[in-house]
Amino acid sequence: MIGADIQILLPEIVLAVYAMLALLGAVYTTKDGAASLLTWMTSGLFVLLALAIGVNGAGTNIAFNGMFVDDGFARFAKVTILLSAAVVLLMSEGYMQRRGLLRFEYPVLIALAVVGMMVMVSAGDLMALYMGLELQSLALYVVASLRRDSVKSTEAGLKYFVLGALSSGLLLYGASLTYGFAGTTLFTGIIAAAEGGASLGLLFGLVFLIAGFAFKVSAAPFHMWTPDVYEGSPTPVTAFFATAPKVAAIALFARVVHDAFGGIVGEWQQIVAFLAVASMFLGAIAAIGQNNIKRLMAYSSISHMGFALMGLAAGTVGGVQAMLVYVVIYVTMNIGTFALILTMEKDGRPVTDITALKSYAKRQPLLALVMLVMMFSLAGVPPMLGFFGKYAVLLAAYQGGLAWLAVAGVIASVISAFYYLRIVYYMYFGEDSQALDGRTPPVLWVTAVVTGAIIGLAWIPGVNLFGLDPMAAAAAATLVN
Amino acid sequence: MGNILTLTTFLPLLGAIILALGLRGDDEAAQRNAKWVALVTTAVTFICSIFILTNFDPANIDFQLVETADWIFGLQYKMGVDGISILFVMLTTFLMPLVIASCWNVTTRVKEYMIAFLILETLMLGVFLALDLVLFYLFFEAGLIPMFLIIGIWGGKDRIYASFKFFLYTFLGSVLMLVAMVAMFSEAGTTDIPTLLTFSFGTEDFSVLGIQIVGGMQTLLWLAFFASFAVKMPMWPVHTWLPDAHVQAPTAGSVVLAAILLKLGGYGFLRFSLPMFPVGSEVMGPLVLWLSAIAIVYTSLVALAQSDMKKLIAYSSVAHMGFVTMGIFSANQQGVDGAIFQMISHGFISGALFLCVGVIYDRMHTREIDAYGGLVNRMPAYALIFMFFTMANVGLPGTSGFVGEFLTLVGVFQVNTWVALFATSGVILSAAYALWLYRRVVMGDLIKESLRSITDMNGRERVIFAPLVVMTLLLGVYPALILDMIGPSVAALVENYDTALAAFHAASQVAAN
Repeated sequence: MIGADIQILLPEIVLAVYAMLALLGAVYTTKDGAASLLTWMTSGLFVLLALAIGVNGAGTNIAFNGMFVDDGFARFAKVTILLSAAVVLLMSEGYMQRRGLLRFEYPVLIALAVVGMMVMVSAGDLMALYMGLELQSLALYVVASLRRDSVKSTEAGLKYFVLGALSSGLLLYGASLTYGFAGTTLFTGIIAAAEGGASLGLLFGLVFLIAGFAFKVSAAPFHMWTPDVYEGSPTPVTAFFATAPKVAAIALFARVVHDAFGGIVGEWQQIVAFLAVASMFLGAIAAIGQNNIKRLMAYSSISHMGFALMGLAAGTVGGVQAMLVYVVIYVTMNIGTFALILTMEKDGRPVTDITALKSYAKRQPLLALVMLVMMFSLAGVPPMLGFFGKYAVLLAAYQGGLAWLAVAGVIASVISAFYYLRIVYYMYFGEDSQALDGRTPPVLWVTAVVTGAIIGLAWIPGVNLFGLDPMAAAAAATLVN
Repeated sequence: MGNILTLTTFLPLLGAIILALGLRGDDEAAQRNAKWVALVTTAVTFICSIFILTNFDPANIDFQLVETADWIFGLQYKMGVDGISILFVMLTTFLMPLVIASCWNVTTRVKEYMIAFLILETLMLGVFLALDLVLFYLFFEAGLIPMFLIIGIWGGKDRIYASFKFFLYTFLGSVLMLVAMVAMFSEAGTTDIPTLLTFSFGTEDFSVLGIQIVGGMQTLLWLAFFASFAVKMPMWPVHTWLPDAHVQAPTAGSVVLAAILLKLGGYGFLRFSLPMFPVGSEVMGPLVLWLSAIAIVYTSLVALAQSDMKKLIAYSSVAHMGFVTMGIFSANQQGVDGAIFQMISHGFISGALFLCVGVIYDRMHTREIDAYGGLVNRMPAYALIFMFFTMANVGLPGTSGFVGEFLTLVGVFQVNTWVALFATSGVILSAAYALWLYRRVVMGDLIKESLRSITDMNGRERVIFAPLVVMTLLLGVYPALILDMIGPSVAALVENYDTALAAFHAASQVAAN
């Protein structure tokens, strides 16, 4: 029996064992000499695991009496997490290297965080959920303060840790209430206990659980840590925060509300809808005054998580499908945007002020074009993919009976268009100023151009988003039934 | 011939790609090459569109030359033309070579400028040809990007403000339309425009936030589409982005904006609002008629007070678009015929007027009316051309401007005499501001020192104006050229509208008894 269970858990085990072996191995080599190699190896392993999961995975497999679920939904999320983590890790190598931040712990911590995320999206039990969540979070607290000698970076790590601990506390409180009233921590048990209406205690548990998840996806009003942590962390770490952990957190969110509380959609729909609308507007309005591109992207990601939650709020299969499509497009856009942010340097030092982009279009026509595509895509202007993501969630929300949420969402997207346009304005209309270095490492150049091409063109008939929509539909169908 | 529509639509894009990838350098030769590539591309596009015209059968009221392909989210890539869209396609392809020719003097970032216009042409053609809601929206919205850049990069002094205002204003309007499209898809189960044209959306009254919505779903959908098209059109009171955008845009940008982009709103009303939501149109129609009448009178008065030539013509455009909305929502054969005619004719006339301003702006680099005077002494040919288009703008019989205004007034007179009365006074006001502008700029003695050495139009400029003069005159004396083309489709549209309304009234009569 245990053998079959381990078989199902194999990708997580492989990655965890790899991380520990790498840690041991690296300790015995000369300081950080192996860090570069280790980064590439970790990234390669991510891709291999993504392939293995994507190609081999089939059906719904349950391990350890329901603690761990390997279904289409989990595999979809895992592939997205692994691939985005792999790309971000590769993007960060050069940046970290030149700033002396490339310690061997970095790829190892990222690998451990990814293990945590994979457990999160496969959790079938509140205990497994918490284990995955904490493994992920603890690794992320450390990478946030990777730049030990910078006040901002350590502040980011500490802030993230304290607030993260608070949210974990809320989550645990919710989990214990749920356990108390449902009599079990298994999702299959909770959904049975909530059959025909949940007791008040169970609802309290649900609310606290949702508060904990909202913190992890940085949905308003639990978003306060996001701008500070994004700004303080080294830029590649920010890029990482904006991608893989967001996928994991929102997938976990969807998993719990559908697998454990799928019978009482009406009870959580209003809460999720509120989180969605608050995040969209907060992200849209608070970013208007930002000149720091990392803070701006933080608010942007709050706003985008609001849109993804709009899909979840629909409470239907179509809603989860739209959410998955949206999240994949969001991750692609963020990877491309952060690849460009990583190239922003003046005299070898990173620059985060958006006014530094003035007349970028004259010096770097191609990269400026990619940035233009990303900005219009983030704003949701067709024909960029961001629009199709928005279309999918709007459709889901409307069909879920939340027409008001759809209207609120599009109004928020107009407000947020303003700050994306500001970046275009600096790049294309701005007067000459002191130029950025214009040094573009090949990895970043390739990432930016490839994601730019995908975001700008993958909608054309024939390419059809590489079949993303049917895949998301299949994944969503395994979660909601 | 199987996919002539796709070919025509994406030819300019192909030209843009060739320019982007194939052309290096920014010296004089490269700039000239860029202009020639763009000119040839737009000319070939025009020739392709002539094939569409020859293959088009006006008597057939269905969509013709239809092309389909599978697309994402269960949507379809579907293109086709009918009597309502064909002339807008022709207008676009006809004007674009002239637009490109008019920016021969541009010297900053020429290659990018040409690319922006070519992409814009593809998107505008796509709007008129798309037969899928989301495909339509895609082209409709994507057009904002090149126009935003054209105003922002090559525009005048306050271009930043104007470009942001242009973008955000129109974006806000159209996202509401997106929600409406989502709602339509949910109701009808398809985004196919020909199918939606035969689908009747719910009309049961319901209340939102305590407000009783007469006409129910249809009225709400109508309002959402109205938000988008009224801004695009633009209608009073959401027209304020237009004067700013026009004044700051470069000449070619103004021409495209006035001649083609404004027509997207009118086309949208004809394609969606009127046929898909007849009950909504009936409920809200009187409001539109009055807004149009206000637009005609108010913006004409505002035009009288302008000191900037482009702003004056921009306000006159708003007034003329008032005739269009008025014609459309009078919902009879004359009104709708007149609206389409007015849009086509305004495409030629306003385009020509902005080009006229461009001619003297290129020489003096100012658009202030006070900076000019007595140009007739040095520029007789220019004075003649400007005179001709001023008269056409006023609506002198014999020019195309007259036919459009007259038909729309006939149409609205049958529906609402008072609106017709107010709107007719706008005709007089338009004569006042247009002729006064002409007098101040062209007539009188040449007393300004700076104008002493101004030169008359050169050969290139004369060639650009020639086709516009021909079209304006031709349509003025032989309007059947257009009316025969659109007649059957418009008749079908009006008939369907009346049938749908009759059915609705019969049903509510039964319900009342």
